Amino acid sequence: MDRETPHGLAGEDTRETPGSAGAGLPAPVLGKERTARPASELDAPLPSKRMVVNLGPSHPAMHGVTRAVVELDGEIITDMKLDIGFLHRGFEKSCENVTWTQCFPYTDRLNYVSSIMNNVGFALAVEKLCRLDVPERASYLRVITSEIHRICDHLTLVGAMGMELGAMTVFLYSIEARDMLWDRLAELCGARLTSNYARIGGVARDVPDGWIEKTTRTLDRVTALRDEIDGLLTRNRIFLDRTRGTGVVGREEAIELGFTGPCLRASGEPWDLRKAAPYLVYDRFEFDIPVGSNGDNLDRYLMRIEEMRQSDAILRQAFAQMGPGEIIVKDFRYALPPKPLVYGTIEGAMAHFKLVMEGIKVPAGEAYGYTEAANGELGFYVVSDGGGRPYKLGLRAPGWPMLAAIPHMSKGHLLSDLIPTYDSINMIGGEVEQ
Amino acid sequence: MSKAAIAALVERFPDAVYDAYEGVGGDDCAFVRKDRILEVCRFLKDDPKLQMNLSPYVTAVDYLGQDPRFEVVYNLVSTRTNQRVRLRVKVPEADCRLPSVTSVWRGVDWFERYCLDMYGIHFDGHPDPRRLLMYDEFVGHPLRKDYPLKARQPLVPERRVDDIFRGPGPAGRD
Repeated sequence: MDRETPHGLAGEDTRETPGSAGAGLPAPVLGKERTARPASELDAPLPSKRMVVNLGPSHPAMHGVTRAVVELDGEIITDMKLDIGFLHRGFEKSCENVTWTQCFPYTDRLNYVSSIMNNVGFALAVEKLCRLDVPERASYLRVITSEIHRICDHLTLVGAMGMELGAMTVFLYSIEARDMLWDRLAELCGARLTSNYARIGGVARDVPDGWIEKTTRTLDRVTALRDEIDGLLTRNRIFLDRTRGTGVVGREEAIELGFTGPCLRASGEPWDLRKAAPYLVYDRFEFDIPVGSNGDNLDRYLMRIEEMRQSDAILRQAFAQMGPGEIIVKDFRYALPPKPLVYGTIEGAMAHFKLVMEGIKVPAGEAYGYTEAANGELGFYVVSDGGGRPYKLGLRAPGWPMLAAIPHMSKGHLLSDLIPTYDSINMIGGEVEQ
Repeated sequence: MSKAAIAALVERFPDAVYDAYEGVGGDDCAFVRKDRILEVCRFLKDDPKLQMNLSPYVTAVDYLGQDPRFEVVYNLVSTRTNQRVRLRVKVPEADCRLPSVTSVWRGVDWFERYCLDMYGIHFDGHPDPRRLLMYDEFVGHPLRKDYPLKARQPLVPERRVDDIFRGPGPAGRD
């Protein structure tokens, strides 16, 4: 033996241990039939048959209630089908039967980890149809809350991914960081989880006194926790072994499969709607779009870590740039009048009554509004017939094409690789299953 | 920006693309005849000036009371040329099917299944035409406008878990 004996499964196993099966033979290639003749009866391959395993709907690694039917040959996935819809709540049908404003609580519950991004996406789609411009301060507030929620979303992914690969500490750190950010959002809009902040024409309320300084301090703490998570995972041997080279999607493949957001960028395509079609005030900030090179689970994880840094930078710039001003349009066809006007004037009372009872009269037509949510392009295809309710509200959930591609990413790989793949696309049951 | 895309489309397919217009917010839209949609989509993806490469968002709308009743909407985008185009295809209720574009973009797979599930629009040539969100025994298509909001569905008999892929299995195993 003139070279160092390799450790682990990789490479050729050249150890000449008497009696050990397969000594001197090349290491078995996963997923392929062994071609070498067994040396004796004892070394003959065990009879095997294909086995079908039901993963989910109630499985801790299935993120919500997705059912995966997996056909296994040993530990290799040979076929896979996904069965979704266990969390289907009839989002689109419900929205067709309420006023445009009443849709907002439903949008919170799409991606419940980053609910304000859904609010903003929906509000932008409706405003596009209304040809409505929001005040500058409202745009800044939307960017600020969206970017806080982007950090929350990425923290959730990183924490869950670490936890499911055995790193519980990371989960605790990331959830601590996420909760601090949620506390800041609760001060802003009253709810930790299903935060509801955007309105058609602006945002619900202005920031409380001292909120920006407080949030800056929170961001410092989150930055420290994020760097700690980064240090715990990014050079962790177990984590690297489980994520590097698994769930690989090439650049062209990712585009063809309809990937957007961090998963597409991890495959090497620099496509970010905040740069490609800037909405709100994203064109006023300096930030980078991180791009991966391998498109594997590790790249998708690294993408999240880097995007948190970029969101942090956007937030600090937004705090510095934001000036005083209105937070919602003064047009009472779209926004509720202030309470003194409602109680003090007949016009205010009328406008309030009409808005609450009949809803916002969105002009007839159709529009497709799209934003870069935490997991990719969040699109709302809105159709109005001029009444107070949506005629159609189509949701393009960012996680949908990624989830649909899971069988493609998993076939021919180990069952255990399915778990990091599932984590790294960050499937959120609420938005995928509507 | 994407004026060019619609102009190229109208020039290339004068008989398949009609009523091109500029939608709200500058989106470029056009109607396409339903039997030509596959051809049009393939052209949009392969044309070097357009390169609508990213798998589009496909959805459907039920315009109950109009003829043709349904409309399938394709929201296309190019990551290379940064153009967006929206194609609208009218689908009559009597012949509720159109060619699948899964051969052009694999990613529209679930969006087309969604249209089948929610509106009952069939896509010819789809590799896996099953319901997506609803279960197989579900009666009707929930997003059609004539499907009542509070409709009750018949109770599905409990399945025996003999066939893990698809019940109900044959009786005789406990």
